[in-house]
Amino acid sequence: MGQYEKFEFDVLVVGAGGAGLRAAIEAAASGVSVGLICKSLLGKAHTVMAEGGMAAAIGNVDDRDNWQVHFADTMRGGQYLNNHRMAQLHAQEAPDRVRELEEWGAIFDRTRDGRILQRNFGGHKFPRLAHVGDRTGLELIRTLQDHGIHQGIEVHMEHTVSSLIKDGDRVVGALAYDRERGRFKLFSAKAVILATGGTGRAFKITSNSWEYTGDGHSLAYNAGADLIDMECIQFHPTGMVWPLSVRGILVTEGVRGEGGILRNSEGRRFMFDDIPDLYKHQTADNVEEGWRYTQGDKEARRPPELLTRDHVARCIMREVRDGRGSPHGGVYLDIAWIKERMANAEEHIRRKLPSMYHQFKQLANVDITAEAMEVGPTTHYTMGGIKVDAESQMSAVPGLFACGECAAGLHGANRLGGNSLSDLVVFGKRAGEYAARFAAENGHGGIDDSLVEELSRQALAPLERESGEQPYAIQAELQEHMQDLVGIVRREDEMLRALEIITGLKERADNASVPGNREYNPGWHTAVDLQSLLTVSQAIALSAIERKESRGGHFRDDYPDKDPGHFAKVNVRVRKGADGNMEVDQLPIPPIPGDLQQIIDTESR
Amino acid sequence: MNEARFQIWRGTGDKGHFDEHVARIDEGMVVLDAVHQIQAEQAPDLACRWNCKAGKCGSCSAEINGVPKLMCMTRLDQLDLTKPVTVEPMKAFPHIRDLVVDVSWNYRAKMKVRKFKPRPPDAADGTWRMDQKDVDRVQEFRKCIECFLCQDVCHVLREHDKHEEFVGPRLMVYTAALEMHPLDVEDRRGDLKHEHGIGFCNITKCCTNVCPEGITITDNAIIPLKERVVDKFYDPLGKLLSIFSSADVSTGSKP
Ligand code: SF4
Ligand code: SF4
Ligand code: FES
Repeated sequence: MGQYEKFEFDVLVVGAGGAGLRAAIEAAASGVSVGLICKSLLGKAHTVMAEGGMAAAIGNVDDRDNWQVHFADTMRGGQYLNNHRMAQLHAQEAPDRVRELEEWGAIFDRTRDGRILQRNFGGHKFPRLAHVGDRTGLELIRTLQDHGIHQGIEVHMEHTVSSLIKDGDRVVGALAYDRERGRFKLFSAKAVILATGGTGRAFKITSNSWEYTGDGHSLAYNAGADLIDMECIQFHPTGMVWPLSVRGILVTEGVRGEGGILRNSEGRRFMFDDIPDLYKHQTADNVEEGWRYTQGDKEARRPPELLTRDHVARCIMREVRDGRGSPHGGVYLDIAWIKERMANAEEHIRRKLPSMYHQFKQLANVDITAEAMEVGPTTHYTMGGIKVDAESQMSAVPGLFACGECAAGLHGANRLGGNSLSDLVVFGKRAGEYAARFAAENGHGGIDDSLVEELSRQALAPLERESGEQPYAIQAELQEHMQDLVGIVRREDEMLRALEIITGLKERADNASVPGNREYNPGWHTAVDLQSLLTVSQAIALSAIERKESRGGHFRDDYPDKDPGHFAKVNVRVRKGADGNMEVDQLPIPPIPGDLQQIIDTESR
Repeated sequence: MNEARFQIWRGTGDKGHFDEHVARIDEGMVVLDAVHQIQAEQAPDLACRWNCKAGKCGSCSAEINGVPKLMCMTRLDQLDLTKPVTVEPMKAFPHIRDLVVDVSWNYRAKMKVRKFKPRPPDAADGTWRMDQKDVDRVQEFRKCIECFLCQDVCHVLREHDKHEEFVGPRLMVYTAALEMHPLDVEDRRGDLKHEHGIGFCNITKCCTNVCPEGITITDNAIIPLKERVVDKFYDPLGKLLSIFSSADVSTGSKP
């Protein structure tokens, strides 16, 4: 005990997906020293899973596109819980961030005249997603990684941050342990950027990897930051459902963008049966028009399969619930049907959706150029998170910044596909820039050795306990209950039960024990991560109880309608109370300035 | 209930042994599922790496029945389950614990490759024009998920331990992606010859055979790079030899 190595950086970035890497690159470019902590190996973060593309109103494919339309699409998609300023900055700056990636070596698919090609995606009025087949996320992270390694950033791979360290009100560092040996390291930093991704591991059926335990959310919460919109979880409509072993793995929306359609067991394209009023004027009402849209006809409106994710997910749930599902509890997603419409369909599918082809062939024995896929909703994205200032990405705690999925604001109640990769680079850059500025204006804080020792002792506790339950079982129970009680369809009584269960699981987690030593011991890592997972689960359940309406990713059976009055005007906030308990309340959404409101009004006509 | 036996390598550093475990098996299960089941129920401290469980991140590399593979993409119904399935860490890298090895050398070696250097923008707005067909050629290489299975299988690294002299097939793919990038103007041919040891590769194609992304590492990346190196360091005898050797190995593949 009491042994830890010390490191000093101007800016410490926690998380090395797209947002963390972009933040680190920006901070390093401004001349400050930068440390980057990744939970896994560099380049393995969940960003690699992003398939469809990166939204930016470059207007290469349809020159009617511009930031105003992108802004309005994002706000409509988020059902107006979004931070309007973030949505504006995002729409305005995404094109530059895309061009900059090309300057750093990214290679996007091209238009005929050699410019960046853009594809259609749910909720985007025009073809807007720069993409590379269906592996855009890999292209993004690899580009940032290969550029980043030459910027003098010090990378600490396979480290988990267990606590943030404060000096007074300000965050001045972080305590982490390395996976390989379990050694503690103290990182003193003038500014800390959290870029830790989402909370998807709180649910049983998820597209998220083991890393997605809400570490950043929980670190920020414990440091005194506000979390908002935690009830807004995105369930992606199309995850694999069979075989069981692959349940939850993502099937890109790109399949539908390329013309894939959803059918129930009766062969009906059920998405035509339920088109929300908000989107009626933008949605095709017949098969023919929908097809023309996917093939680039600018006069056509999009097919209902490309409605927002929350809506499509619920329609699928309804088909399954009403007994019109596929044999393994999903519905059919069919891209093979395009054979009826084009000559070289099989080759076209393989070229446009190579990893989907590969994934289904290898994991499910399904040839997507010949047969339909079975798909169903899977936990995908956390819209809510750390409340930050739109310009600087700083949280309520001085010196603590957040960007990417762990920050909240841009996506409101529902994220549009393609807005995540652009979010990462737009706000990653901003966080890096402002954190570097903050570091230039502030010195290192004082760090109390005894506190560090106490924190490392807490983290080690599961290894020290002689007896106790394994963390794996507790985690599995939590995921099961969150899925059932706080999942796609929610009810007050069930969520209250979930809260009780979480309290019980917390007690058990506090007494969990793992055998073995500190060296690369996944049992221990699971025990540490479980604490974060429990914190975010509680935040999700509390927030979901507080929002007594249905909006975006948050759907309540007991309040199935949107409340245009009260709940349209508030964000739900969670924070740590003075007594150490979690508190929930509501914050009024700041009014949208006239010029932005006008854009929204024009676009929704 | 169906069951299968697994022999999993346990231990730290040089010391280790196989532990036998029995796992329940279901339709469609992959090796990583079995490892996770064993971890959750029998051996909580069993160390392994994984992230995406979809063949996209390249974390879960191991040797399954002696063959370098991704654990998350190896279905049990493709293995002979009448015998125990062996799961071992990659052998070409220093062992850390159980199924986890120290792959940091790959990251250090990558730093030695000169970074991307684009030509000046083609258009006044700072953007470039590229043909889809030029883009397609490089995208094959950019599919790489850095699983390092090719590095694991290459005898130059695995048997001859030439980590200092040869950067290995993964980084040949990386270099090829840069050299054939439509915008790149850097010249890495001198490095390939003198620093990165391209001459060590004798085109056995073992790397190509294990690549989970199906990248034709030898034919599409290494051989064209070898040709570029020869073009630069032209000498009559070398040129002649290279014509023979590349004609020899590229039989049956695209020119
Ligand atoms: S072809 Fe070359 S790089 Fe590939 S395994 Fe053989 S010797 Fe190694
Ligand atoms: S080239 Fe293939 S085998 Fe080698 S690291 Fe990349 S994906 Fe893995
Ligand atoms: S876990 Fe990502 S490749 Fe296997």
